[in-house]
Amino acid sequence: MKCRKCGERASIELRRHNAAFCAPDFLDFFRRQVREAIRKHRMFEADEAVLVAVSGGKDSLALWDVLIDEGSRTTGLYLDLGIFDYSVESKAKCERFAAARGVPLIVSTVAEEVGAPVPVIKEVTRRPPCSGCGLSKRYLMNRVALEHGFPVVATGHNLDDEAATLFGSVMHWQTDALPRQSPALAATHPKLVRRVKPLYRLSERETAAFAFLRKIDYIVEECPFAKGATSIAHKEILNRMEEASPGAKHNFLFGFLDKARPAFERAEAVTLNECARCGQVTTGTLCAFCKLADQVKRLGGGLRPSSDGRRAP
Amino acid sequence: MKVVLRNPRREVEVAGGRRVKDVLAELQIIAESVLVIRGDELVTADQVVRDDETIELRPVMSGGLR
Repeated sequence: MKCRKCGERASIELRRHNAAFCAPDFLDFFRRQVREAIRKHRMFEADEAVLVAVSGGKDSLALWDVLIDEGSRTTGLYLDLGIFDYSVESKAKCERFAAARGVPLIVSTVAEEVGAPVPVIKEVTRRPPCSGCGLSKRYLMNRVALEHGFPVVATGHNLDDEAATLFGSVMHWQTDALPRQSPALAATHPKLVRRVKPLYRLSERETAAFAFLRKIDYIVEECPFAKGATSIAHKEILNRMEEASPGAKHNFLFGFLDKARPAFERAEAVTLNECARCGQVTTGTLCAFCKLADQVKRLGGGLRPSSDGRRAP
Repeated sequence: MKVVLRNPRREVEVAGGRRVKDVLAELQIIAESVLVIRGDELVTADQVVRDDETIELRPVMSGGLR
């Protein structure tokens, strides 16, 4: 198989584009896709400070790598979820990445903010682990960005993440979720920062290939709580469709964004309030994060998380 | 040939001298879900792997909710 651009031996085949690339031309292709995403959705201007949410995984570190090379003013944000050795290792990878490139990294610890790390939140709330974890991440990303004066947060969500989320929403006809699914969400309140996903045009395999070819030291192991997650099952289904019909994931997501999403946008705007306790944005009186923290405090009674995320008496 | 699999890390032996796509088919692994790594390079599904070589099939999936 030959590279479509230079004719040298290809490193990666992209069946959905009916193309194959050698390593240097694939890296060019990847960066072009990120630039196109930022341009098309006006994600941020060249002189804006961008907070990049990093997990230590391939997607967020690949994104940070591209943005640094593009000359963007970036700061990383690592949220320490307190998930045993997984968090210890992923945090170390983010710290090494930032140190090697001379870029700043902010670390925020869920156990300090919510009152317990993700494994304890899971136990005391009896929610699926991804539920309390996702809620805490979205809240803390926004709050940290506001506190440090960043107008925009960039996350490493890729095409597969977005297609799987869309698949889940459509399977349950969660019509409230559909208008919120977008590569770029505007700041609709003074206390909400813009949220952007510059990798949404690139598949998970492409971000993994980019991270590998750029020799980015990322965490390959899955989050121990991801096993059995619905989003993983949806990704597997979509990958089987992709295998049979290259471009299926791309067409599903891009078709939604171009043709269907506008139809689900609400005619009337949702009323946004400020949480009575923390002042962050909510549709109710008390935000979901403060409710979660209350629940942890109430049900976790007397149990304190140790530094490795396990409960300690 | 040796095939390194991840999550958890393990190794399996399969017959070499075949294309990557044939190895993936034998192991019932969807090409879209892995990177195929030989040393410090990526290899495409049409390339032949010799019997004395090792490849890693590195999963690309991450999740659940980010």
